[in-house]
Amino acid sequence: MTSDRRRRIGPGLATIAALVIFPFVSPSIYFQNVLTEVLIFGIFAMSLDLLIGYTGLFSFGHAAFFGVAAYTAGIVATRFSDNMLLTLAAGVLAAGLLALPLGALSIRSVGIYFLMLTLAFSQMVYAAAYKWTWLTGGPNGLAGVPRPVLGILGLDLASVSTFYYATLTFFLASYVVLRRIVASPLGHSFVGVRENESRMRAIGYNTWLVKLAAFVIAGLFAGLAGVLFSYFNGFISPSDVYWTTSGLVMVMVIIGGAGTLLGPVLGAGLVLILQNIVSSQTDRWPLIMGATFILFVLVARRGIAGIFHDTLALARRSARV
Amino acid sequence: MDPQTLSPYLVQILNGLAFSMLLFLLAAGLSVIFGMMDFINLAHGSFYMLGAYLGFTAIQRLGSFWVAVVAVPILVAGLGFGLEMVLLRPLYKRGHLDQVLLTFGLAFVFADVVKWNWGADIRSVPQPPELTGALSLGVTVYPRYRGFVIVAGLLLAGVLWAIQARTRLGAIVRAGVADKEMVSGLGINVRLVFAAVFAFGAGLAALSGVIAAPFLSLAPGMDFEQLILSLIVVVVGGLGTLKGAFWGAIVVGLADTFGKIWAPDFSLLVIFAIMAVVLLLRPNGLFGRALA
Repeated sequence: MTSDRRRRIGPGLATIAALVIFPFVSPSIYFQNVLTEVLIFGIFAMSLDLLIGYTGLFSFGHAAFFGVAAYTAGIVATRFSDNMLLTLAAGVLAAGLLALPLGALSIRSVGIYFLMLTLAFSQMVYAAAYKWTWLTGGPNGLAGVPRPVLGILGLDLASVSTFYYATLTFFLASYVVLRRIVASPLGHSFVGVRENESRMRAIGYNTWLVKLAAFVIAGLFAGLAGVLFSYFNGFISPSDVYWTTSGLVMVMVIIGGAGTLLGPVLGAGLVLILQNIVSSQTDRWPLIMGATFILFVLVARRGIAGIFHDTLALARRSARV
Repeated sequence: MDPQTLSPYLVQILNGLAFSMLLFLLAAGLSVIFGMMDFINLAHGSFYMLGAYLGFTAIQRLGSFWVAVVAVPILVAGLGFGLEMVLLRPLYKRGHLDQVLLTFGLAFVFADVVKWNWGADIRSVPQPPELTGALSLGVTVYPRYRGFVIVAGLLLAGVLWAIQARTRLGAIVRAGVADKEMVSGLGINVRLVFAAVFAFGAGLAALSGVIAAPFLSLAPGMDFEQLILSLIVVVVGGLGTLKGAFWGAIVVGLADTFGKIWAPDFSLLVIFAIMAVVLLLRPNGLFGRALA
């Protein structure tokens, strides 16, 4: 147990150290921005994985919570105050308050019907964002969202590297909290629902409540990602709530490896880095993304985490021989 | 009510029905593919878009709508057959989600290929000369082409129903929806039936695209737009049945048309609200069976 734990903590600390010193090694603003975006979408993808990978709920409307939080934070910041605590609390709260009724309604259905209901609800949020012009800016989006000011510490997050560190802090905190949740009895009941819901019910679990808890927690973390995205991008458009955004984050989860917390983060990294590289070279980004995705489904079903795991196992076996 | 006040509604109802027929052709394939193979084909809207754009090119090059209406669906059905054999077949042993995800990737590939080949400009297709002009309905006049779409759609629905209910092939498909293992146990090549159903569905979607081209404009994004609507059709009607696809298409087509008149800003919201209400009251759609 202890040696196993040490083996796991080692690479983890090394990764954190690498992430911390990254801005010193690569002062390029471009790369710091890309990595910041990866961390934000990493939180988003981890939150969806709580539903897909752990609870077995295939939500196709996760962008609704990301988008509602981003819009709420953006509206509060542009109209009232750019205090970070205020915008953050408002955005995450809005996502949670939306996830509660939408979750309660959606988890009545199973399988493909659940997928369609979540899709339908998120498209309603999209329609509202698109048409509610006086509040959201409509099709033109909400522009001019300022980088927040952290009141207590007097920290200004306007600079690229300060914002990077703030995002990294949120990312690590989210990872730790999600890890604790997954390892808790509640997290085990998520997996129980995924594996065999009727047995869970027979044992005496209120599976409706378990699924609702997963849905709301996932919505809250998607909301956190959405708030960070509104700071990062300074601009929110209805396409951030559109179903293709839900699809894209689903792609990140699957490519990275559903059912592992860090897999989806790697998926987010691969998709976003590929997007940055490919779209600077050619306009054919959707084609390449689609083809990559098909390839992953065909040959590497367990995602990057699976490939990593297999390679590691192979290396260990050959080292022993 | 006298005919003068009634006629605007009549025109709108007919418009709704014409749109319903396009949706039905798409939803019929989507629904039967789901019924047999248990997965939602997210690339189904791409077949519709391919049909419309190939139809555009065929009409431009060959000058005949009628050649396009026959040739393009056959071409796209062939493409569907090939895709099923090469990409989807290896996944049948795995979870159905893998197929959904693969078709999601395909949808992106097709959307970009179409944009690459035909550009991002909005395009329109001329109506066939035989069907231009207006049709007199007594109380009002109505565009002849849309009338044709309604009639053709109803005829096709009848033909599909007859195939499903009265032929051996239809019996095999119905049996496949009910119990695949039993069908293959009876010595029927289920894999070939799957490929054929997939190809047929792709062809129907392409046909819907060709027919849609002369009265809806062609633009990138039309694939996802129509896919979402036909998914709603299938879910409202109930998965796996032709009857569900038909009545679902009528509901969604009319809701879309009247939603656009009464609440132009929120027409999409109206449709999603209808879907949500139907699913909350009847979790398996209007005519669907309970999911296992």
